[in-house]
Amino acid sequence: MRLRTDLQIINSWIPESSHVLDLGCGDGTLLTALQQRDITGYGLEIGNNQITDCIQSGVNVIQADLDLGLPQFADQSFDFVILSQTLQAVKRPDFLLEEIIRVGKQAIIGFPNFGHWQCRKQLALGGKMPVSKTLPNAWFDTTNIHLCTINDFEQMCTDKHITIVKRSIVDHAHQDSLGIKLAPNLFGEIALYQIKRSTI
Amino acid sequence: MPDSIPADSVGLVSPQSLHFDTPLALESGRVLSQYDLVYETYGELNDSASNAILICHALSGDHHVAGYHTIEDKKPGWWDNIVGPGKAIDTNTFFVVCLNNLGGCAGSTGPTSINPETQRPYGPEFPIVTVADWVNSQALLADKLNIEQWAAVVGGSLGGMQAMQWAVALPERLRHVLIIAAAPKLSAQNIAFNEVARTAIKSDPDFHEGYYASHQTIPRKGLGLARMLGHITYLSDEAMGAKFGRELRHGSLNYGYDVEFQIESYLRYQSESFVEHFDANTYLLMTKALDYFDPAKHFGDDLAKAVAAIKAKCLVLSFTSDWRFSPERSHEIVNALLSANKPVTYAEIEATQGHDAFLLPIERYHQIFKAYMQGIAKEVLPA
Repeated sequence: MRLRTDLQIINSWIPESSHVLDLGCGDGTLLTALQQRDITGYGLEIGNNQITDCIQSGVNVIQADLDLGLPQFADQSFDFVILSQTLQAVKRPDFLLEEIIRVGKQAIIGFPNFGHWQCRKQLALGGKMPVSKTLPNAWFDTTNIHLCTINDFEQMCTDKHITIVKRSIVDHAHQDSLGIKLAPNLFGEIALYQIKRSTI
Repeated sequence: MPDSIPADSVGLVSPQSLHFDTPLALESGRVLSQYDLVYETYGELNDSASNAILICHALSGDHHVAGYHTIEDKKPGWWDNIVGPGKAIDTNTFFVVCLNNLGGCAGSTGPTSINPETQRPYGPEFPIVTVADWVNSQALLADKLNIEQWAAVVGGSLGGMQAMQWAVALPERLRHVLIIAAAPKLSAQNIAFNEVARTAIKSDPDFHEGYYASHQTIPRKGLGLARMLGHITYLSDEAMGAKFGRELRHGSLNYGYDVEFQIESYLRYQSESFVEHFDANTYLLMTKALDYFDPAKHFGDDLAKAVAAIKAKCLVLSFTSDWRFSPERSHEIVNALLSANKPVTYAEIEATQGHDAFLLPIERYHQIFKAYMQGIAKEVLPA
């Protein structure tokens, strides 16, 4: 099966034989792909059905609530901590980001960009909370409670002394374009960042 | 009695017995010079002996896990909903072994057995055996059955502790371990409950310091009380409420001290039936084995160090309403395994039934159990 494009990018960023922690790992698709390159680790997931899916795929999954942080893991115990499309759904993204930087030597964070022009248009002209392919739910029943823009995220990284190693900004089909290159916060729908704690 | 044996049952089964005359050195320093182990098996061991599953029983369990001994049996074995053709532990795939633990009262050598040195029942003189002793004796049984390595060792509650001990003490001898509704050691509260149970038994006038057999009696009241207490801790407030509520036996209060509420009647019935088939000295011994279990004690109380030797892949399961061995106790096991970088999967099953949930056919629990066992089958069976 073909891997979703953002997961392909994440996969390509992680060197062979790394030890990883995939937060909100879903059905274990990414970990299954990573295992083929000798990459070991665990998935954390809260959803019951996803846990069963992970077990069926032979992925090591721990049922846990990310809002409680990562107290079960020691400092710098993973080469990479991955948080894909989940940052916006946690109660305290800032707290979780600190936890991620604590347990991972590096981290990969992927989130939907709320600064995308269509979001801006729906709010500016329609006067309504944006609904899009990446953010399909209405404001009252969405699990995405802490949406942010590319600029917001990068500001938080600066404030928290986090270094951005690299980033990849794509549209909902996970494609790059000239527009995205020129104005990522306006044309990018999905942002992927590889980050690490800044050395002081 | 079932009208006919259900299709997904292992059917009619018979216990087997093996005699061991090589002395077994126990953790206490005492030695059991000879002993018998009674066990049952279901399914068939394959040529490479790669498909064997050991099930470890809990406090009041025994070797009769699945199927029926006779067509007249009212109930099948204690984990019949998990073990059978097409079930989570599929006997079409696996060869399943379960034995009555040493010190038990269902056939293996224990307090009710005759001590060959005195020609009288051991009674209270039967040495206290520990979880580690059980695992050692189970390994000797595995040797006799030509099982070098279990595909998995599985257990719930005290059985989960044995499974964990297997993984820690004999890491080469199992590929997977399933630790269900267990704890890495008892809490003070757990020990306190056990002590109340023991006190109930020992203070029964019919206990006779454990020599009740020679007085042709059994400490019914004390053992029954111990069982009542245990039973309360196996259920949740919610489960008891749902099953009994404040329902009265005879519709109205009669302002006396006899049984009035259904829950009282249920507990009495449970304890009365229990005392007729379970030995009080065995109950004392089992509770002690529980109290003593603490694999981290030899590792400076560091559980992560204790599990460092584990080679098996681990599945840990807990149940939300279990307050005897709560999910937090399973987290201790999981966190130690994570610290030691061991392959582990953990799921918390939503269940209202308390500690007893591990014995019950809860859909998500069985789904996970089955999925995990199918993964083991893929791994151990020749393609």
